[in-house]
Amino acid sequence: MAVITFADALNQAIKEEMRRDKSVFIMGESIRGGIYGVTGGLSQEFEAMRVLDTPLSESAFMGAAVGAAAVGLRPIISSLSSFYWVAMDQMVSQAAKMTYMFGGQVRLPIVYRAGMTYGNNIAAHHSDRPHPMFMNMPGLKIVMPTTPADAKGLLKTAIRDDDPVIFFEDNTLMGARGDVPEDMDFLIPFGVADVKQAGTDVTVVALGGMLPRALAAAVQLKGEGISVEVVDPRTLVPLDKQAILDSVAKTGRLVVVDMAHKTCSAASEIAAMVSQEGFWNLRAPIQRVASLNVHFPFSPALEKLVFPNEEKIIAAVKRTLE
Amino acid sequence: MIEDKELMVEMLRRMLCIRYFDEQAVELVQRGELVGAVHAYIGEEAVAVGACLALRDNDYMTGNHRSHGHPIAKGGDVRRAMAELLGKSTGYCKGKGGSMHLADFSIGILGESGILASALPVAVGAALATKIRGEKRVVAAFFGDGASNEGTCHETMNLAAIWKLPVIFVCENNQYAVTTRFTEVVATPNICDRAAAYNIPGVLVDGQDVVAMYEAVSEAVERARLGLGPSLIEGRTYRYQDHSEGLRRIVRDPYRAEEEIAYWRTRDPILLQRNRLMEMKMASEAEIALMEAAERARIAEALQFARQSPYPAPEEVFDDLFSNPIPIDRS
Ligand SMILES: Cc1ncc(C[n+]2csc(CCOP(=O)(O)OP(=O)(O)O)c2C)c(N)n1
Ligand SMILES: [Mg+2]
Repeated sequence: MAVITFADALNQAIKEEMRRDKSVFIMGESIRGGIYGVTGGLSQEFEAMRVLDTPLSESAFMGAAVGAAAVGLRPIISSLSSFYWVAMDQMVSQAAKMTYMFGGQVRLPIVYRAGMTYGNNIAAHHSDRPHPMFMNMPGLKIVMPTTPADAKGLLKTAIRDDDPVIFFEDNTLMGARGDVPEDMDFLIPFGVADVKQAGTDVTVVALGGMLPRALAAAVQLKGEGISVEVVDPRTLVPLDKQAILDSVAKTGRLVVVDMAHKTCSAASEIAAMVSQEGFWNLRAPIQRVASLNVHFPFSPALEKLVFPNEEKIIAAVKRTLE
Repeated sequence: MIEDKELMVEMLRRMLCIRYFDEQAVELVQRGELVGAVHAYIGEEAVAVGACLALRDNDYMTGNHRSHGHPIAKGGDVRRAMAELLGKSTGYCKGKGGSMHLADFSIGILGESGILASALPVAVGAALATKIRGEKRVVAAFFGDGASNEGTCHETMNLAAIWKLPVIFVCENNQYAVTTRFTEVVATPNICDRAAAYNIPGVLVDGQDVVAMYEAVSEAVERARLGLGPSLIEGRTYRYQDHSEGLRRIVRDPYRAEEEIAYWRTRDPILLQRNRLMEMKMASEAEIALMEAAERARIAEALQFARQSPYPAPEEVFDDLFSNPIPIDRS
């Protein structure tokens, strides 16, 4: 175990898997220069053909990942969430549908790394959190780690998985530090949620960068005598329904915190699932805390109003206790 | 001109097979036995056959929506193709793909895309994989004149060019996208002129002449295997049928003259190759008649196989969504 950052944990995972398996390669825009830290050192260590700087042609290279995977390689794509719009046809028509539509003839082991950069005054074009839109598309696995250890273990699992995985990296977490195992085979299975903090009164399910806010809210609420259980789903597809239902069975109350826009968010899906499958355990209406249904404005005065924060989480928890 | 008699005869045989397959498919649509859309390749057979015969068995190809011809040209199994058209469990995709989505990964047919130009990045990715592995395989990517205007098309050609990937972009210019003539929507006189923008060879070929297609693609394949990068081959061709079967009910306004169709029928690729074989004394009329009968029988047998095959069972609906399955909500 060593204490490292979230970004370094991702870097370790990529390096270890590229060393372990020659069929793994990575491509993206200006990654050889180690942009955003995560791909740092790769171009120094591995052959040029395995660390590829692409032209600014997202459809071409995100789709090329499908072709390369279809004939047996294991590509990793590095990009930002907002740039996936440009390649949406490749993500949907090819990556998501190909295995099914061709009757299971082909495996597509691809990891699409999708950084999310909201909340740092970069305006609407660079602030997307599109995971719910991809959840609506069968055929994609969707991962969103919250801690450095989870980041490493889940990325390694994603690289070894035989299906297209969209790996959402919440950039607000990149500098977070934590203990990370050095074991080459440290893998975290998909579909296993993690209770990041045990509690008895209210369940708070928090995604990605919402997790530290939920934990901070929990500390404050503890001071007011409210015990919050914080559940981190870690993967959205597959979703560990049972862990969430079990927690709700204990607390009877649910708040879901999601950085996506509220309408049809992951929070909406989790709320719908619990109201259908855990209704009789609920003692209060489920609360969704998500980004407002408006674009991220540039001005610092406005942007902070849009996405969830501790205050909003605390208010939602209290609503379940009214 | 090609001396290899066996190859010359095989060209005709594969074109006949595609022609009869598609004539059968059209008839099945008209009779209501085949549901959904069918885009017939009738009249364009020389493009796929000329191109695919220039490939090795372990080379790759990708197709588009008008793509019964490409897999047959690449050596695919007409029984499994026909079964797929009828939505049967013995079809190439177990009935999940249908007419626009045939694929046979075991012989390098990496699938066909109903979304225009959408399979081009897939083709380029397969080519990238061969380069990373240091193999000598090439990829033929088929797309239409209409698809050539998709942005993805430009992105992939540039990407293949800068990385010198072994791709042969085969544009089947049948001169129309549904009812829009290519001259109305393509800025250059020929689509292959665009190759200049990617610094790759661009060649205009008589797409009715299977030998011309074979020769042009063979040259591109050789370049690609030498590591010299992609080529863009434009096969100028023509489709006799409407864009898709049953379209006449939707498109009532004429968009092309009957004389134009009649003219192109005089340049029928099968007719041309048939005459050539006889002129060159590579096949007699009687031998060709035998071959025609054999190909018709092959299609009839394929149809019988497809008809006798079972439909997929209801419980198969969730199968093959993932290669490493995960629990999903099945309610
Ligand atoms: C992205 C996209 N836009 C529109 C369509 C609808 N569409 C299907 S085939 C077609 C015409 C395609 O023309 P072309 O590429 O020349 O191929 P052809 O049908 O002539 O073989 C159109 C517009 C589609 N399938 N995909
Ligand atoms: Mg056309």
